[in-house]
Order: sequence, then C-alpha cells, then structure tokens
Amino acid sequence: MSENKPKQENLPRIGFYVCHCGSNISSMVDVAAVQKYAAGLPGVVVSRDYKYMCSDPGQEMIAKDIKEHKLERLVVSACSPNLHEETFRKAAARGGLNPFYFQMVNIREHVAWVHTDKKAATEKAMQLVSAAIARVAFHQALDKKRVPVDPNVMVVGGGIAGIHAALTLANAGKKVTLVEREATIGGHMALFDKTFPTLDCAACILTPKMSAVKAHPNITLWTYSEVEKVEGYVGNYKVTVKRKPRYVKEDLCVGCMECIDACVFKEAKFADKFNQGLGKRKPVYIDFPQATPKVVLIDKDTCLHFKTGKCKQSCATACDRKAFDFNQKEETKELQVGAIVLATGFKAFDPARSPQYGYGRYPGVYTALEIERLVNASGPTSGEITLRDGKHPKAVGIIHCVGSRDAKTNKWCSRVCCMYSLKLAHLIKEHSGAEVYNFYIDMRAPGKAYEEFYDKLLGEGVHFIRGRVDEVTDWAMTPDEEGKLVLRVEDTLAGFVRRIPVDMVVLSTGLEPQADAQEVRRRFNIGCGTEGFFQERHPKLAPVNTFTDGIYIAGACQAPRDIPDTVAQAGAAAAEALALIDAGFVELEPNTSHVIEDECCGCKSCVPLCPYSAITFDEVKKKAVINEVLCKGCGVCAAACPSGSIVQNLFDDDEIFSEIRGILK
Amino acid sequence: MNEQFEPKIVAFFCNWCTYTAADLAGVSRLKYAPNVSVIRVMCSGRVDPQFVLDAFARGADGVLLGGCHPGDCHYAEGNYKTLRRMRMLERMLKGMGIHDGRFRLEWISGAEGDKVKAVINDMTKKVRALGPLDLPGKFKEWDKEMEELEAHVNKDSKKGETTHAR
Amino acid sequence: MPDKPKVAFYWCASCGGCEEAVVDLAEDILKVVEAVDIVLWPVAMDFKKADVEARPDKSIVAGFINGAIRTSEQEEWVRMLRRKCQVVVSFGACANSGGIPALANQFQKESILKYVYEDCPGMDNPGKTRPQPESKDEGRTLTLPEFRGMVRSLDQVIEVDYYLPGCPPTPKIIMAAVQALLSGKLPPKGTVLSPDIALCEECKRKDSKPADLALTEFKRPHQIQIDPEKCLLAQGLVCMGPATRGGCEALCPAGNMACTGCFGPTSRVKDQGAKFVSSVFSNIAPKEEKEIDAVLDGIPDPIGTFYRYGLSKCLLRRKLQ
Repeated sequence: MSENKPKQENLPRIGFYVCHCGSNISSMVDVAAVQKYAAGLPGVVVSRDYKYMCSDPGQEMIAKDIKEHKLERLVVSACSPNLHEETFRKAAARGGLNPFYFQMVNIREHVAWVHTDKKAATEKAMQLVSAAIARVAFHQALDKKRVPVDPNVMVVGGGIAGIHAALTLANAGKKVTLVEREATIGGHMALFDKTFPTLDCAACILTPKMSAVKAHPNITLWTYSEVEKVEGYVGNYKVTVKRKPRYVKEDLCVGCMECIDACVFKEAKFADKFNQGLGKRKPVYIDFPQATPKVVLIDKDTCLHFKTGKCKQSCATACDRKAFDFNQKEETKELQVGAIVLATGFKAFDPARSPQYGYGRYPGVYTALEIERLVNASGPTSGEITLRDGKHPKAVGIIHCVGSRDAKTNKWCSRVCCMYSLKLAHLIKEHSGAEVYNFYIDMRAPGKAYEEFYDKLLGEGVHFIRGRVDEVTDWAMTPDEEGKLVLRVEDTLAGFVRRIPVDMVVLSTGLEPQADAQEVRRRFNIGCGTEGFFQERHPKLAPVNTFTDGIYIAGACQAPRDIPDTVAQAGAAAAEALALIDAGFVELEPNTSHVIEDECCGCKSCVPLCPYSAITFDEVKKKAVINEVLCKGCGVCAAACPSGSIVQNLFDDDEIFSEIRGILK
Repeated sequence: MNEQFEPKIVAFFCNWCTYTAADLAGVSRLKYAPNVSVIRVMCSGRVDPQFVLDAFARGADGVLLGGCHPGDCHYAEGNYKTLRRMRMLERMLKGMGIHDGRFRLEWISGAEGDKVKAVINDMTKKVRALGPLDLPGKFKEWDKEMEELEAHVNKDSKKGETTHAR
Repeated sequence: MPDKPKVAFYWCASCGGCEEAVVDLAEDILKVVEAVDIVLWPVAMDFKKADVEARPDKSIVAGFINGAIRTSEQEEWVRMLRRKCQVVVSFGACANSGGIPALANQFQKESILKYVYEDCPGMDNPGKTRPQPESKDEGRTLTLPEFRGMVRSLDQVIEVDYYLPGCPPTPKIIMAAVQALLSGKLPPKGTVLSPDIALCEECKRKDSKPADLALTEFKRPHQIQIDPEKCLLAQGLVCMGPATRGGCEALCPAGNMACTGCFGPTSRVKDQGAKFVSSVFSNIAPKEEKEIDAVLDGIPDPIGTFYRYGLSKCLLRRKLQ
C-alpha cells in the first residue's frame, strides 16, 4: 500500500555531477551521455560533467551551484565512496548544504575499471546514477556526533615497531601501555647480531630503546601479557589484558640472576627458545642479559616445584628481595584507551614445509634465525660458528627464498631475505673464514646503500649462484662429496646443473603472518589480506590505518619489511594516533539507528541482535531504546524490526527501496 | 533480434568486506560482466528479505548478497543474522517458484577482489542461462485477463475512474 | 423521511465470517441500521444487481466489500460498486490481501481445476467435464463467471479508500470505522483503520517475552502443551504478532493460540512474510548452516505460515510456473 514517495510533496532540487577522472572513467563510460541522462531524471536541476570532480575547481563548482541554483540534494558520480565521500560531503557543507544530503555513485572502481564494453558500462553507470538520484530525495539532514577521545594509547607487540611507536607517543606526552606476549621486549631484532647494510650492532641500537621504554614515565610495560578482548569504538576502547604469572614479583626482582645460579638444576638442560633451541637454560631464567624488564621468570613446565611439588626452592631462598611467589595467578587487567597500535610482527617460515632442504633431517641445515644466534657474540656459542657436532664449517651454502616466491608455500617476496643473507654471508665469512655460497633467484637490494652492500660482498669473495636449489642431500656422488651436504642447483647463468658440497646450509626463511594473526585481527576487528598479513585501509594512502578507526598497524604484521621501514611505519602509526588524540574528539558517522517510539510495540526482537548492547528495553515505557553513542550503524536491527519501526540513518528503508527502484527503472 | 539476453542482477554488498573487495577488483583492473549493480549497505545484516523480493518484483533477474566471511563480520556477528534469515528466504523463494540460483549469498572478504569477479561472472552466466524472470512483465501478463471485462464494465462510465492499485 | 446515507455490503471470495462480524456488532447494529439505509447486502437482504446498477453513480456513501477476487463476476460487481460508492472499504483479510483463498496462488489454475473436477477423491466425473464460461444448450447460450488465473486482493482490481483488517475485523474496529464514516472524520485515503503498531503492544503475554529468544526449535501447536501465560514465540511457536498490526486486542494469544497474522503488516512494511522472517530468524540460536536448516525444518510450510492471509500482497504475488 505504501509506495516510496519522498516525504516532502515536491521533489527536492538535485544537483548531479559526473567525473571523468582524467580518462579513468571517461575512457570506458560515456560521461556526456550519463550527464544528459541524469539531466532528464526527476528532481535534477543541474547536471554537469567535469574532468576531476575532486579537484578544487570541481568542488568549487559544486559549492557555487548549491548557492546559485538553490540545490537541496547532491549526487556525485565518480570513484568509490570509501575514497572521496568525505571530500564531497565537505564540498556540500561549503556550499551551505547539510553534508548528508549527498550521495556518491561509484562508477570508477565498480564500472569503468572492471568492464570492457563501453555501451554496457555506460548503461550500468546510468542505472547506478538513477538509483542514487532516486535515493537522495529521501536523505535527511544529519549531524555527526562528537565523542571525546581517551588520550591513552595501547601498543601491542614489543618488537622494534612497538618500541618505537610507544616511545614516540610517550615522548609526545601520551600515556602508553605496551603489551608484549613474551617475557621481554625486543622482538626479532633482539636476536640479531648486526643489521644490514651498515653492519651496526643490533643490540647497541636496540637495547637503549628498550631501556628507554622501561624508564619512560609515560610508558607502562606489560610483558608476558596478551590482549584478550577489545570492546568499544574509536577514541574509547576498553581492553582486557591477561597477564601470565612469572612466579616472580616484577616490582621486586632486580635481575641479579642469583636465583638462576641457585636453581636445583646445576646444569642448564632445557632448550632455550630465545636461542632458537641452540642453547640451554634452567627452569628459572631470563631470555638474555639485556632483557627488558630485567626480571627472571619460572617455566612451569620444567620447574621441579611445579612438576613434583618436592623442590627445596633454592631459587627463592637465594633471592634476598623475596621476589618469588609460587602462588602467583594469572591476572586480568582492564585498560581504557583512545587508540591502539598493533605491531605484532611476523613468524619465520617453518622450513619443514620445504622438506627438500633437509631441515630437521640433516644436522648441518640451519635456519637464518639460528645463524643469527650463532654469529651473535651474546649467543650460545659467543659468536663462534660451530656445527651441531662442534666442528667448524669450511663451506657454507645460503639458500635464498625458502618459503618465499614459491607457488608451493608462499607466493610473496619476503623483502628482507636477500639483504640478511648477504649480511649473514659476510658475518659467516668474517667469523669462520669459510667459503660461502649464496643461491638466489634474483638479488633484490632496493634500499638506501643496499646495492652498495651487495657490491661490497661481491668484492669479498662470497660466491653467488643464480638458481633455485633443487635439493640438499647427503648422498655423495664423488669422494669430495663424502660427509658433506650437497646442494644440487641449476646455475641459470652458467646454464648447467651444479652440485656444491658444503658443511653447513643456511635457509633464508621468509616472513609469514603470525600463527594467530587471524585470531588477533578478529579480536581487534580488523582485516587480513589473502596472505594473512593485517590489511591496511589503503595500500598507498592509508598504509598504517585499518578499516577500524583508532586501530593502527606498524611493522611486519602488515607485510614483510626491514628495520628502517618498520621504524618509519611505527612512527607513522604513532603520528596517526597522536592526530586522533590531539583532536580531542572524534566525529562518528551518523549512520546510527533509532527506534520510533510511537511505532514500537515492545516485542524486543531487536534487543539481542545488537552486538554492542546499544539496544535496551525500557521496562517503564515497554519500548526498545537505542543508545546512539554505542550504535555502530550496522543496521541489523532496522532489517529485523518486524513492524518497521527502526530507522537507520543513511540506510533507511525508503532510501534502499528507492535505490532498488532506481536501478531497475 | 538475435541479441543474447543480458540479465539484470541487483547486489547488496556490505561496506567492509564485499564492497571493499569490489573496490579492490577495480583497483586491480580485473574485468567482469557488467550485469550486476551494487547497492552499498554497512553490513549484510541490514539486508531485509523485503529488499530481495522487491528487487525481483521490480525486474531483477537475480539478486546477489555479499558479506564478510563467518567470524569476520565488522560488526561481530551481523553475517550470522544474515545467514539465518536468508536460509529461510531461500526456502520461501523456492516455495514461490524462484530458485536455481537467482538468489545467491556469498561471503567475500575485503581481500578477495578476484572472488568478486568470479562470483559475478558465474552468476551472470547462470542467470543468463535461466533466461529472464521479468516479474513486472509477468504481473502485466497476469492482469491482462481482467482487461476485457474492465473495458466492458467501464463502457457506461464517463470518466472510467476505476484504476488498478498496482 | 430524510435521506439517510446509503451503504452497501458485498462479498466476493469469502467464507461469510466477515458478514458474521457485522452481525456480531450485536445491539450496535441497531444504531447502524438506524443511521443508514442498506441498499445491498446479499447475505441478509434481497437486492438484485439491476437495483444497484440503476442507482446513480456515487449515490452510495460507502461500500464494504469483503472477500478476495477470483472470478470475473466478482470483478464485475466490485467495479460496479466502485462506480456507485463514494468510499470503498476493503473489509477483512481476504479483500485486503487475498486471505485464505490466496493460498491458492501457490498453484496454477489448471492444477486446481484438474484436482477439483478430476482427481479429487470424492469426484465421479468419467467424462472429465468442466464448467465452461460459455456453453450452448438447445440453441441458448449459457454463461458462467470466468475462473481467473489467480486470487487478487480488492485493491488489485479497483481503487480502495480504506481497509478494515482482520479475519474477520473485530466489532470494535468495525464500529470505529462506521462512526468515522458517519461523522465524516476520515483519515487520509489508503489508511488501514486499525492501530499502526504491532500486536505485541496489546498482548497480555508481552512481559513474559525474554529479550533473547535464541530459539533452537520451532514447534507446532499440537506438539506441546501451551503455557497460557508465557509469550508464544518464547515457547517455540510461530506467533506472527510482532509482524502483525494490532487492533484485535490479541484475541488469539488470549485464547492460547499463536497469532497467524490476519491483520496484515504495519504501514511501514511492504511484505509481512518477508519482514517476519527477517525478524524471527535473525534471532534463532545456531550459526552453522546445517543446524540452522534443522531449526527451519520445524516450519514445513513457510509460505502457508508467513503468508496465511496475505499471499496476494506478497511482493511476488504468486508462485511462478
């Protein structure tokens, strides 16, 4: 019985603009025809096309027309609203029109760029234009709600990205909580001996920043902790953090490590995860001497007390600060923050997935991270390159692109492997004097002073063989190969298959998303790309933003990247968070829903549907009520209200029905 | 007159996943059939089964609904609500003689531009093979049986003020 | 005798319940009879078509037409009444939205005729004779009304001014409508003369509805002992109340029966069945397709359940061939 007619008697005066986008749109859509078509649609009083609607003159034209032609509604047919909706809303406002009297038509991403037949593309553009013009008549004047922003920030992940972001924010005077899952901050960078291409000592540049985090009055450092739940919205997040028990009181321990000496286990006998399993540690341990916070912890799985209950607890006795607490429980903490920086890093590729390289089968095969520890002066061998059997390698083969650029495992280039392989080649040669062979597909050295570093290596006598290694085998074909690991490879420059016998193989494993990246991104309500890295809002223009406002990403959680890029990105993420906080408020998109009280029968159908508990039931009035500050504008309640008594701003029934009508006219 | 029938398909895409994926398909210059016109909603959970019926009634040959994968909804669980009601809608459509994939629900994440292309091409192909649904035409056709009598009865009436509500 | 306003009652494809509803006005009917001249009421008074036809156009103040439209005869009558009446009130669910007769829109005309005149168990018709719109007998031509391809609501045939909902409309809303007509205090044309708010508002069980239904099963009335106090939806019964216009004062729920939706949707809803589906099924518990389907299996006849009185007004109008 109800036909969709605009609430006002006469159609509003609509201004229509179609953008050429240079030739991006006009090469596939007959823009002039669209302009002419729109001019004939009901309500349209101005219809124009222009080269670049988003340019200043384009926007100026809109503002001027609004005034001159007394426009009451605005439709711009250009690119995706995700790109320029805000631009044209502002243009509308400059012309004195409520910015929500505007509708955008996406004829670039959804039409011009994806179709090949100009006639069909033009027809589709016209359908979409007709839909927008039909819908815009129903638009209501709306105001953005301003809500204050909590000035505190949480940074998740204490690698170099998280450390840099936290320090930047803290230096700007913001209170930062840095949450790290491991017992110490430092991340992957803390494992490295040197960094490419400058070969400066990783610890020398990283540990001062780690100490600065610990010492900073504006930073609260929660290591051995994980984010469990995130609620709220931009500017007002409530975060629940789980703090795992160390069985050592963090505020009492000074990191003297007397307890480690006193442990009932006289010898360290448990695999040391920090040293990639190459070293040993005791049940009470600290990852490395500069660990931050410098606080020991007990590994419950190996500690005699927890395993048998029969330990004399010599560690606790040795502690003159009485820091041990075997009854410590997991703690749950709540945080209120306005912004969140995610810097959760990467996981190294597991080379067991490329069994042809023999990792785990031949003791002489190592991952690059293991070698990082072996060449590290503070590593398990104090920087001496020894094989698992204690011998020193005379020849070392480094295989690039393990788990990268490989259709069978990961398709992407991990970006850092060429460079770190060069670095490791240099360090191995320097530390052991061994012959070093690099097996590469392409040498990728596209950074400042990177190519020069490659040149330097070429001059150092490191061998480079272009070709993907086919297999690593201990099957000797000649006496020279006896007792060696042989790398079989097609040398694509020389044009024949070679067999290179070595004592040690280094697998330059690629970078992957963290194993729990999917879980984490769900917890933070952001997206992942197909590879599983966190999805940025725009690959070029919003690389540290996500689709969830107030949540920023930095470092290798977004894509493989090296330290300089990671730090730059962390700074960018911090700056974005600062921009949000220092504005003091956020404007929320007014696409919220509301219940029309007189029409609500109080059936409560909508109440349980809201994921944000924005809908409550008023027991006095017997009606549902929506708290528009909590509402995030999904519209699920509007769709489900069985009597049509909930309206979602910008996506009202009238608006959507008229869009359907417009498309199918 | 031998032109191949080109179906009209109305799509409802959620802003955060499928609409973004369609943007990505554009940015990636993937090419697909021009038969699908997209209406943007914030969440697939906004899509009221009435919209689907209305689209068919107004001449859509197919209706496509795209949302985030289960578990990935920007609004936590909107897509589950979509799934539940659309499962019932599918049964209703079947009961009304509309099936064979004229209505389709697809989960397409923001990273799956290629899936937008694949789904649109596939659906266009399948609906094209089904031929036109053309409900507006059918409505007219159905009501033709009343025309002769209407003319006859209104013969004496000077103004013929009798009109159809639809 | 001063000229009293003339009113007409007519029935099309209906069960007679709407006529009964007029009689159910009880003493109030006397007031009505006193105030108006009834010029047509086939169920109660003997007027011929020619009598009505002879009246000048617009000479009848109001025509109350119940029943859906299935035959050419019904079309002819309602068109004639449209001409004669100043105001046409669509009376009851069948006239408003097809009602129970419109469930036939799930079947093709041919299959209905075949069943009725050939396959139906009680049928003895070896010659497979069917009534014909026109037949010759001893030189005379006999005509019968044409059986149309589908069931239509009244407003799909003629213009309607007001709607009285219900199967049948309750005496209370009938009286209110009559009084409004007589007093000339008429709402805008097209209005449904019943509160534009869903039924739960009037239901005594309303307070017992939990906020979160999270249904895991739908039950049919014969499968459970129905709790007389508790919200029927909460008991797993398909109660259309939330998607149905109020005005009946929740008669069925008061009688321990779930609402079946006869008052039709509120003015904000275009398609009652679709809207009900949108609401209730969003609120079921399972998330996996298989489990969802198992819950849906509890409703073996979705069309007959969600469009029991309104299939003509379903946006799709009828089942396709």
